[in-house]
Amino acid sequence: MTLRYTFKTAIIGLRTHKSRSALTILGIVIGITAIMLVLSLGEGAQNLILSQIQSIGPKVITAVPGKQPKGPTDIFSMFADSLKQKDLDALSQKSNVPHAEKIMPIVFGSESLAYGNDTYRATIFGATEIFAGLYDIYPDKGRNFNEDDVKSYSNSVIIGSKIESELFGGEEALGKKVKIKGINFRVVGILPQKGQFSFLNFDEVAIVPYTTAQQYIFGRKYFDRFVVEADTEANVPATVEDVKITLRNSHNITDPGKDDFFIETQAQAMETVGTITNVLTMFLAAVAAISLLVGGVGIMNIMLVSVTERTREIGLRKAIGATEKNVLFQFLLESVILTALGGLIGIILGTSLSAAIALVLSKVLVLDWGFVFPLSGALMGLGVAALTGLVFGLYPARQASKKSPIEALRYE
Amino acid sequence: MPLIELKNIAKSYSDDDVETPALHGISFGIEQGEFVAIMGPSGSGKSTLLHIIGFLDRQTKGEYFFDEKKMDDYSKEELAHVRNKEMGFIFQSFNLLPRTTVLENVKLPLYYSKIKESSWDRIALEAIDTVGLSHRAHHLSSQLSGGEKQRTAIARALVNSPQVIFADEPTGNLDSKSGGQIMEFLEKLNSAGHTIILITHETYTAEYSQRIIRLKDGEIESDEMVERDHRRTGKDHFMK
Repeated sequence: MTLRYTFKTAIIGLRTHKSRSALTILGIVIGITAIMLVLSLGEGAQNLILSQIQSIGPKVITAVPGKQPKGPTDIFSMFADSLKQKDLDALSQKSNVPHAEKIMPIVFGSESLAYGNDTYRATIFGATEIFAGLYDIYPDKGRNFNEDDVKSYSNSVIIGSKIESELFGGEEALGKKVKIKGINFRVVGILPQKGQFSFLNFDEVAIVPYTTAQQYIFGRKYFDRFVVEADTEANVPATVEDVKITLRNSHNITDPGKDDFFIETQAQAMETVGTITNVLTMFLAAVAAISLLVGGVGIMNIMLVSVTERTREIGLRKAIGATEKNVLFQFLLESVILTALGGLIGIILGTSLSAAIALVLSKVLVLDWGFVFPLSGALMGLGVAALTGLVFGLYPARQASKKSPIEALRYE
Repeated sequence: MPLIELKNIAKSYSDDDVETPALHGISFGIEQGEFVAIMGPSGSGKSTLLHIIGFLDRQTKGEYFFDEKKMDDYSKEELAHVRNKEMGFIFQSFNLLPRTTVLENVKLPLYYSKIKESSWDRIALEAIDTVGLSHRAHHLSSQLSGGEKQRTAIARALVNSPQVIFADEPTGNLDSKSGGQIMEFLEKLNSAGHTIILITHETYTAEYSQRIIRLKDGEIESDEMVERDHRRTGKDHFMK
């Protein structure tokens, strides 16, 4: 008995009932397609998020107020107002954080911008002129802030491209006045289209000097973030420690367990995001795998029907010398070929679907979404599909192999 | 010692603890090259006997020697190999694989044999030639006439050059002309040295053989050689 011939026989057996075979593998096809889709899109999403984190720059350290969230229940962090002006002053002292090249405080919130009769609800982002370098986005019309704008609480605003088009239509926006909380702000700069960037959508943001934002828009003394850029990537860990110690001293904290702030770095954020998206992807893939189970039961059902239908054939094969093993192998191979074929179709279908989705996401939503072919997922999918055939084909194949040739030949 | 030797073979089927005897104390031998017909009305146990001789079933009591070997201790797998190598089966209802060509049907026993795959086609085509179906070798079995189907089955039974060919009512589903052809093929095979064991309930079919064993109620009623004259009668029936 040769494998090639067994294979050929199995193919002939399956071809005999083309539409039935096709319907049978549908469950497997759907299951594998779903798994491929989830894996590919999951990896695409992860790459997107990671690339955005990376675009912040590996030298950037962010101090966040409140306790570091340790689980989903910690979403509402305490001490949200813990970062104050004196902390900024302490961090700015070269002796405290020697490797800090730039320091920028941030305040943010949501407010309406009004121009004429139009209003637009935007993210107000209070920062200093160094935001442009940190986030690599420079006004392509007008100018950036300067130190004076920040020191003098100037009523200057730099707006995103979407605010420009929504509020001003085709009108020239530069130099016009918009109202935020009833106060006039002059538009000094307009950002180029950039889309979502990390935590901010720069197309829908209105950037003002942080001093102005604190004083006139939000009316508060504390900060939402301190962004510190280290001079070299190698000095990031040392700088993280320096920032921590400086803030602890400033807050009179001796026990690090009682920190009312925490530090985020790019490496750390990437690790966190990687973990979250991996868990999410695995979870979704597991849900998709349930349809494989259903598909497997379908395979078993059809193989049992097939075994009954072909009782005479089995009897004949046994009479002319097929052993139980031969018959078992023949039927097992049929179900494995069925599911492997289903797996293959699922991989092709899932891959093309996720490629199409990647195309739509990048073209329509202007996301930097690359299509990812999950090779390991494809191999795993094929393996799982074949395994499904093996597991669910075993029982029908055993039934076939145990048939008595006499009974089988007598069967009408 | 004869090729096939049965000693006191008995077979009973148990169904729901009720024992139904099918054969009692059957003893006979078949020599290499014999053409034996086993006759009897339905329920006489002739099919059961064929199944036991053909290793498709096991006796409940008694001993069976094939080619001087006691077969009772052989495993199912070993018996499958013996069936493949030493035996050919021809059935009343042909049992060809549907939607499969004549050639593929005839190749089927080779598939389970130790013969190299490269020579399968040649061996199978030779067997097809023996039954005069070379022109039909690549036709589907469903496109054949009844007689051609049974000739395909004969080619399939021949392909492994078995010692014994079992024919279970081979003419039962055929018109008398094709039936006659089939019987003549069996006769030719017998002349070529194959041992033939034929199951039938028709006297004129049985008379192609050299020896008729008659069964009744699971026992041998008679076991006699066929006279030459009678063998003519059988042929005359089909020639009509």
